[in-house]
Amino acid sequence: MLQAVSLSCQRGGRYLFKDVSFHLQPGAWLRVAGDNGSGKTSLLRLITGLSPTEDGQVLWNQLPLQAGRAAFHQNLLYLGHHNAVKDDLTPLENLQFAARLCQQPISPNTALLALQRMGLKNRAHVLVRHLSAGQQRRVLLARLLTQQAKLWVLDEPFTALDVSAVALLTQLLKDHLALGGMAVLTSHQALQLPAGQEVML
Amino acid sequence: MNAVWSIVQRDLSLAARRRSEVLTLLFFFLVVTSLFPLGVGADPQLLNKIAPGVIWVCALLATMLGLQRLFAPDLADGSLEQMALVPAPLMGLVTGKILAHWVLCGLPLVVMAPLMGLMFGLPTDALWMLAWSLLLGTPVLSCIGAIGAALTLGVRQGGAMLSLLVLPLLIPVLIFGSGAVIAQLSGLEADGYISLLAALLLLSLTFAPWATAAALKIALE
Repeated sequence: MLQAVSLSCQRGGRYLFKDVSFHLQPGAWLRVAGDNGSGKTSLLRLITGLSPTEDGQVLWNQLPLQAGRAAFHQNLLYLGHHNAVKDDLTPLENLQFAARLCQQPISPNTALLALQRMGLKNRAHVLVRHLSAGQQRRVLLARLLTQQAKLWVLDEPFTALDVSAVALLTQLLKDHLALGGMAVLTSHQALQLPAGQEVML
Repeated sequence: MNAVWSIVQRDLSLAARRRSEVLTLLFFFLVVTSLFPLGVGADPQLLNKIAPGVIWVCALLATMLGLQRLFAPDLADGSLEQMALVPAPLMGLVTGKILAHWVLCGLPLVVMAPLMGLMFGLPTDALWMLAWSLLLGTPVLSCIGAIGAALTLGVRQGGAMLSLLVLPLLIPVLIFGSGAVIAQLSGLEADGYISLLAALLLLSLTFAPWATAAALKIALE
């Protein structure tokens, strides 16, 4: 269970947002909405613990993040603006490295199946720098299939994706929520998901 | 431990795909050390005298070249963010990065330095001492350099800043490292210098990962 209590964020001496609170139960999702520059990414970074909170706090299973960092990060999958994939590795190597880093190592077969589902079957052994922007994004999204995490924090996950990939990601989100997972995401698109909560910045 | 090892393995395979980065550094070391005998003339006694200092300074500068790209690419492509968000402590992962940096940029210098020493006409015992002092000293360069690289991450003209920040901190390593070889050359005991280098190594291995991880967290905020 994820809980945020009166979070705020200052940039350049000005408050981007103040007093943001929410409560996310298993199976629920939250959309962070707002204009460009309203602090959506900053809020996501506060939730993940990448930025320290100035006021308020983030609680995971009633424990503040600072107290239960390892347990929280065990359950967190954060996909940000950057693709976090290495240009000089293949999608397969990238996926396996990410899995080992999270201490959830996967076999090459599991990784290949995930890449196949993301439509990268024939690209699994090509260096990432030879892939298109959308395909690179798909390599990142393949982690949603290989990594066990209760909480997904996704920053603009639909950027650079084509129609079929958007449908696939929506399906993955639906499955994740149906299994009791939680998701926090920002998106400017209309989503075909069960009703969720919304925070307007 | 698994996560640390995966970082080492990834950085090594990345370097294998981009050999030019490591080779540039080694060629830099090779070319700059070779310039000295050409510049100061072929007086064997003089060359013998300056060899330890020259080779050590060149090793120091060659290591600096590799440091700028220690964390910058990981910050740019978001890998660093992911490293800060895994259950394993960032400190451990940083140790992996430092280890990989040493294997790529330090270890080759340890191997090449005695060959450079031959060019300066160093006797065999001094060549061994040179390799031995670099074996203990280059990991210190990687450790302290990593702190500097993390502190200057995201700073404009970070490269120049990095040199200004790190080079003064590396003076003790230079003094003890070349001191050991000079002592050997003049027939004195070099054990004292070697012990001091080993002490520096232990100290930096203890503190550098912690300090680097703290600096990286600031850079990520």
